[in-house]
Amino acid sequence: MNELRLDGNAVAGLLQEVFAVEMTTAIGTCSGCSTAGPVGAAHLYRGAGIVLRCPHCDNVLAKIVKNDSRVWIDLPGIRTLEVTV
Amino acid sequence: MAGTALLGRLTWQLAELVEVVAETPHVKTIVFDVPGWPGHRAGQHVDVRLTAEDGYQAERSYSIASASDGTRVALTVQRLEDGEVSPYLTDELRPGDKIELRGPIGGYFVWEPSEGGPLMLVAGGSGIVPLMAMIRTRAAADDDTETRLLYSTRSQDDVIYRDELERLSGNGLTVVHTLTDSQPPGWTSYARRVDAEMLAEVTPAPANRPRFYACGPTPFVEAVAESLVQLGHDPRAIKTERFGPTGG
Amino acid sequence: MTVVSRGFRGRRAADVNPARVPPGQYVTRDFPVLSAGPTPHTALQLWDFSIIGELDQPRGWTWEQFRALPSEEITRDIHCVTKWSKLDTVWRGVAVDTLLEGIETSAEYVTAYSDGGYTTNLPLEDVTGGKAWVVFAYEGQPLAPEHGGPARMLVPHHYFWKSAKWVRGLRLQSTDEPGFWETNGYHNYGDPWQEQRYSGD
Repeated sequence: MNELRLDGNAVAGLLQEVFAVEMTTAIGTCSGCSTAGPVGAAHLYRGAGIVLRCPHCDNVLAKIVKNDSRVWIDLPGIRTLEVTV
Repeated sequence: MAGTALLGRLTWQLAELVEVVAETPHVKTIVFDVPGWPGHRAGQHVDVRLTAEDGYQAERSYSIASASDGTRVALTVQRLEDGEVSPYLTDELRPGDKIELRGPIGGYFVWEPSEGGPLMLVAGGSGIVPLMAMIRTRAAADDDTETRLLYSTRSQDDVIYRDELERLSGNGLTVVHTLTDSQPPGWTSYARRVDAEMLAEVTPAPANRPRFYACGPTPFVEAVAESLVQLGHDPRAIKTERFGPTGG
Repeated sequence: MTVVSRGFRGRRAADVNPARVPPGQYVTRDFPVLSAGPTPHTALQLWDFSIIGELDQPRGWTWEQFRALPSEEITRDIHCVTKWSKLDTVWRGVAVDTLLEGIETSAEYVTAYSDGGYTTNLPLEDVTGGKAWVVFAYEGQPLAPEHGGPARMLVPHHYFWKSAKWVRGLRLQSTDEPGFWETNGYHNYGDPWQEQRYSGD
């Protein structure tokens, strides 16, 4: 029943808009299970806002809410984010 | 150099439709001219935004089907019966019309010839689109990286790019089809959904360290990825792009 | 400045009484499925619903006990913060008033909490007085898992993120505790008629 989930790829545009660099190749370390992996491989859910979850333990890595002028980003589940700039 | 190629100019811009190609009864390729397009890598996508007269907006992502070619960007769109955006793109849009688009986007689900192989591509339905960009890019570069494509569709009529895939086969590219619902008389290739046994027969052995790209409806992609891991392939070598419940 | 796409309408319903449509919303005939996480699948034998927090005795119902409570059919319009509205949706459920009957509490707020960890907060007065239900059926059928089954909140006078799917209980609190979305950009109260979508609206 989780046919709705996508990958981090699906919000590559949104993330690039916010972070100003390509983010799907950024490596995040999950604060829940300590597994590291590319943001593009995270599980993506579209709820009222965007939720990125660890593909190993389902821990919420990030929540993103956006309107025309503001973006709110919560990164409760990412202990470290390694970005190529 | 690689850094700037990844960034592109991610602002909404107007793209003009220049050509429409009917691929299958439900699938069309729509070709845009995008002024200032910086080029793209195989596997990247664009975001498309449509605005109705009352301000209502809908946004979707579409994988780029073409190899990088100046300002030309081709998208292959499957018309979903109850879709909101796809019927507009396939039925309403005419050459000369302009839509808002931004890209190129993505860095994870991307392949370049310099990355090498063996390359194993697994496509379910419209999931063939970004993989076709990889195949076309490979061909345009005259690259001979060992590449295999396992392409699952309901019937032969649903095979997108059928003639071109046949034409490009050889020179290191092997294309294997599986038709899950109906097969033409005399069909000798696979006739069922992709499963672990089929993958074991088609994919290079784990010892050869193939690079996998799997794309299509979410359940398809997840089943394929799980099977590949069970067959002993390195999960980090398996890149997926889920298209959602129905694909397209 | 965005450009109008010639001939694009989307799949919205026409002929809708504008008085029923909150500002910025568009009416759909579909029922979009939005989710913050994987669909939980709690077996009914293991399911329970609780009222906990600031009350003398926590309460709980097994599925059988919950289904034995008086329930009612509810027809309401629902409004999602992502801009779609669906009119005349028909549910069956137990009024929160019924669940709280006889409870004495000084709490002024509730947090609804769900399988999978989702939470949302509301003033207690916004889930009482006939304004909220725990529903288990939609259009005469058991609530599908993708829509929040076996049971979800229905609080139609707020944006629909407050109608928590897969709800397992209500925590009565004297302090307001912003939930999953309220802590990250969405409005703490969320009245669609005042277009309270985002923090600061």
